[in-house]
Amino acid sequence: MLNAIIQGILLGGLVVLFACGLSLLFGVMGVINLAHGDIAVAAAYVAVAIVPVLHIPAIWIFAIVVPLFMVAGYIVQRLLIQPSLNSGPLTTLLVTFGLSVIIENLLLEIFSANSHSLAIGSLASSAFKLSSQISIAYLSLLILVVSIVVVAGVQLGLYRTRTGRIIRAVADDREAAELIGADYRHIFGIAAGLAFGTVALAGLSLAMYSQVDPSSGPDYLIFGFEAVVIGGLGSLWGTFAGGIVLGIATTIGLFLSANFGALAPHIVFLLVLALRPQGFFPKKVAV
Amino acid sequence: MTTFAKVKRSQHTSIPAGVLALLILLVLAALPFLVYQSVTNIMVNLFILLVLASMWNLLAGYGGLISVGQQAFVGLGAYGVLFLAQHGVDPFIAIPFAILVGVVFAVPASWFLFRLSGGYFAIATWVIAVVAEIAITGVPSLGGGTGAALPGLSGIDPVQLGADTYWASAAVGVLSIAVVFLIMRSRLGLVLTAVRDNEIGARSVGVKVTRAKLIVFLVSAAGSAAAGALIAISQLNVQAANVFNIQWSAYMIFAVLIGGIGTIEGPILGTVIFIVMQQELARFNAWYLIIVGSLAVVIAIWVKGGIWAQISERTGIRLFPTGYYVDTAEDEMEGKRLGRRRISKVIGGDRQSGQLSEAAETT
Repeated sequence: MLNAIIQGILLGGLVVLFACGLSLLFGVMGVINLAHGDIAVAAAYVAVAIVPVLHIPAIWIFAIVVPLFMVAGYIVQRLLIQPSLNSGPLTTLLVTFGLSVIIENLLLEIFSANSHSLAIGSLASSAFKLSSQISIAYLSLLILVVSIVVVAGVQLGLYRTRTGRIIRAVADDREAAELIGADYRHIFGIAAGLAFGTVALAGLSLAMYSQVDPSSGPDYLIFGFEAVVIGGLGSLWGTFAGGIVLGIATTIGLFLSANFGALAPHIVFLLVLALRPQGFFPKKVAV
Repeated sequence: MTTFAKVKRSQHTSIPAGVLALLILLVLAALPFLVYQSVTNIMVNLFILLVLASMWNLLAGYGGLISVGQQAFVGLGAYGVLFLAQHGVDPFIAIPFAILVGVVFAVPASWFLFRLSGGYFAIATWVIAVVAEIAITGVPSLGGGTGAALPGLSGIDPVQLGADTYWASAAVGVLSIAVVFLIMRSRLGLVLTAVRDNEIGARSVGVKVTRAKLIVFLVSAAGSAAAGALIAISQLNVQAANVFNIQWSAYMIFAVLIGGIGTIEGPILGTVIFIVMQQELARFNAWYLIIVGSLAVVIAIWVKGGIWAQISERTGIRLFPTGYYVDTAEDEMEGKRLGRRRISKVIGGDRQSGQLSEAAETT
């Protein structure tokens, strides 16, 4: 039982890395990106494709893929999401859904339906023991630490830097921010770049942690979304708590039966939705 | 100046359109006698998509509820037919039961979903579909994860079965269009039109928006379940990974976006375009979905109202008279001759005609 909770906390780190970008895009633009999970999977596949070509250690792949996806995020925002925002919020939702289907089928055509993972040598399997029953994998711990650093970094960036201040200003009141000279389209692009970067990081971590296949994107989107709702909309630390709750629910569910392991986090989510729809750490202001 | 006017629902094109519709219905009914089964098999897929698209359009285009989890009801409809067939019921007779299964599941689902709106509603519908799929795969008698063959149809001659499947899907397809049409002609339709055009405005004048949305949600669940029942019958096999697949949502959404959201004609046109593209691009495997999806995204962003709105705006043609038109006459004598009454109040507006506001101003 204690082991289930500890493994859940470790899994929660990965969930929050997914949810972070989702939360950011909704907070700043009011956009729900239905292609979020597929972008993570796409990042993993880009890594899988370039590692054998470049002959570099898998860890260096982060330095290539994450910036690549940040640029991609900015471009996708300016080319597709911005024009769709102008024709209404429902259009944006449908456009990101279309992107989700397009990315999934592109990956399917290029890489087949087989699952892939990123080989990182001994780090993937080594672990240390806390007691006779509880062992902690170095990789899971590393992902948890990275996710805490990323969430704290985004939070600090939003509150301590000039760009962060402008992002929050645009999120609070777009017209007023424009009056004082903020180019909201550029700011939206930066926010999308950040969101794509964090989700690419999540996708790479996932490919090291387990395996990805082209159709697994929506599952991660759903997990990230459930973490956001459980934690309370607009609160990154709430999302972190939500991710940990889902991780614990999964491992406890798996402890009971294989089928229940898949169902348990969704049941927890629906219960929270029914009993406490505002989540556990709701925030009154966006971002 | 006094304006005399008569409020009408039909347009001058409506009567020829009605005659044409009757002719089309007759041809559709006789189709199994006219063409090879390979054609009617494609038509079965067309009608299934037509049902899904028109129901999704009712939900999203009129109700403003974007769902990407309609495959929950598709899957439940298919499994409803499977369950009854396993207990000796003829699969065709089981279709109404499958619809009931969809509605019964939609009621508790709405308790959760209607706490959310916009994008969160959309992802939550996806969660509901995932939960339904996992729950069904946990039932061993329904085949678990590997699925089960649909019993009860093996004794029928294949040609007869093909024709029966065609007629059943054609009937469900026509019925679903008729249901959407009658809803849009009713008082509920007026409410939905108001919600489509301006939800906050509708709420502020006391329109019961949530109730209308709930009705639309249940109707579209029923329609999607009927489509699921047809999928089970046409494929003679029910597998959770297939019937609960997100591809059904992708198909219906792409068809509606291409044809045009928020009209009855749009999903019909979009379905035909989708099926034609599917046939033409079939040899390119998954590329067809990439091409159709890209087309849908481009149309959603840059072609407002889809292809049907472009046709309708240029020609003024509307096949389904759901709005109101005002025939105005400036002269009193002519007004009386035509049997037009003085306008006392405006009943409702229509985005596409734009004539009522003009009439209201001149009163």
